[in-house]
Amino acid sequence: MSNAPAIEVRGLVKNYGSKSAVAGIDLRVENGEIFALLGPNGAGKTTTVEILEGYRNATAGEVKVLGFDPATKGEAGQRWRNRIGIVLQSTSDAADLSVLETISHFANYYEKPRDVNQVISEVGLEEKIDAKVRELSGGQRRRLDVALGIIGSPELIFLDEPTTGFDPEARRSFWDLIKLLKSEGSTILLTTHYLDEAQALADRVGVINNGKIIEIATPQTLGGRNNAPAKVCWLEDGVTKEILSKDPTAEVAKLSQRFNGQIPELEVLRPNLEEIYLKMIGELK
Amino acid sequence: MNVINETIRIGLLRSKLEMKQFLRQRESLVFTLFFPVILLFIFGSVFQDTIAPGVTFSQYFVAGMVASGLVNTGFQQLAITIPMERDDGTLKRLRGTPMSVSSYFIGKSLLVTFLMIIQTALLLFFGTALFGLNLPTDIASWWTFAWLIILGSACSTVLGIAFSVVPKTGRGASAVVSPIVIILQFFSGVFFVFTSLPTWMQQFAALFPLKWLTQGMRSVFLPDDFASQEVAGNWEIGRTALVLSIWLIVGVILAIKTFKWSRE
Repeated sequence: MSNAPAIEVRGLVKNYGSKSAVAGIDLRVENGEIFALLGPNGAGKTTTVEILEGYRNATAGEVKVLGFDPATKGEAGQRWRNRIGIVLQSTSDAADLSVLETISHFANYYEKPRDVNQVISEVGLEEKIDAKVRELSGGQRRRLDVALGIIGSPELIFLDEPTTGFDPEARRSFWDLIKLLKSEGSTILLTTHYLDEAQALADRVGVINNGKIIEIATPQTLGGRNNAPAKVCWLEDGVTKEILSKDPTAEVAKLSQRFNGQIPELEVLRPNLEEIYLKMIGELK
Repeated sequence: MNVINETIRIGLLRSKLEMKQFLRQRESLVFTLFFPVILLFIFGSVFQDTIAPGVTFSQYFVAGMVASGLVNTGFQQLAITIPMERDDGTLKRLRGTPMSVSSYFIGKSLLVTFLMIIQTALLLFFGTALFGLNLPTDIASWWTFAWLIILGSACSTVLGIAFSVVPKTGRGASAVVSPIVIILQFFSGVFFVFTSLPTWMQQFAALFPLKWLTQGMRSVFLPDDFASQEVAGNWEIGRTALVLSIWLIVGVILAIKTFKWSRE
């Protein structure tokens, strides 16, 4: 069981009328990894994830999530939902309940719920435990969403754009929470708009555009980033000079010799994930 | 068996949660629970005539309001709140958990039962205290009252769930559902004496459950000899049970077939 992938998708297609939102996707997410799905709005990200979550039916293709077809109805489908956790995008439900009431209630749905108070402290809502859900800030609301997503001790967690609207500090502490969940053994499928988020969290990223996966790689190697020329900049005669080089170390060594030691305002810049990503989806437009 | 127990256990927990949420929303509390009582005050104070020997309009009106209370707490309340829950993410979130749809329906049905009991009690209390309503003294009338309430609220509940697919948005739901209820109330002899309505209106109303519920409630709360003043010349108890049962079956089928977790 532990060697089977958490998610296995082959030839996934989803058509709406004559329009195809997902046009043949293959995807494999291993147990215990954080996989980030990147892509512009309308690329097919949400459709793909909602098929994996069992919210939508595929037009064609084979989908296995924890070894199970998410489209299965009835009792077997319910049992499967015990093993997954879904963190939804933008909801405003349960407004009149308190944080504690909401989380305790959802704990009842699962066979092996986690300890309610422990989950509340993990997501950092201890101080808001008796607050009404309607009184929470956007960030606190997302933390509640995560708490509801993990209360059932899921083996696999779906996180759909979890930090949209967060301030930088809130985002950092949210990342720590995701890393904590990974260290506890959960597999996480994350969709995000933020490249720094994918870079900080993901073991692998998949870029999706026009309903197709363009590339799957680690954040370090996506789009040939590890081999792409780096920019070396320095100050010389009062102006900033720069060269692009596949071998920046050699350039720096040469410069160091020329300046006899200290190179003024030296910078070596590798293309960041965002630049690589924008190039990838731009090329295809 | 285990699965059934679990479904019922979660259903009971959901009903507790539904009641808690309902009681915390002041608007719905006032609108759903107290509105019929407020109407009773208005109509009871304005129309103080006697419509038949020993029968005041208030008495006639209370019978109609008890009947339409079943439509308010079931059909109207569910057909408005379920689209709202579809919009705010409640249903989507529940769909992603192991909770079964039956538990959700159990929760809703018990909420309706709870609201229906409170509302009926309020109407009977204020009706007897302020408007001279006479409660039935024979067991047969109470028996009719009991099965009308049970069959009527079951009907109202399933039709509310079925109708919840009609409003396109949660925000617009009230504008779609409330006029239907108000028109049915006018046509079914809640606000006016049924026999004083034009025939086409009476015939149209006879297609829907509310007319039969109001007539049934009149058989409970009005003197027996008032039956001769009804359209058919009697209370039509058997036909009432038949019409409500047909609507219940239609409602169950529609609710199961058409229920939608999301708007898409």
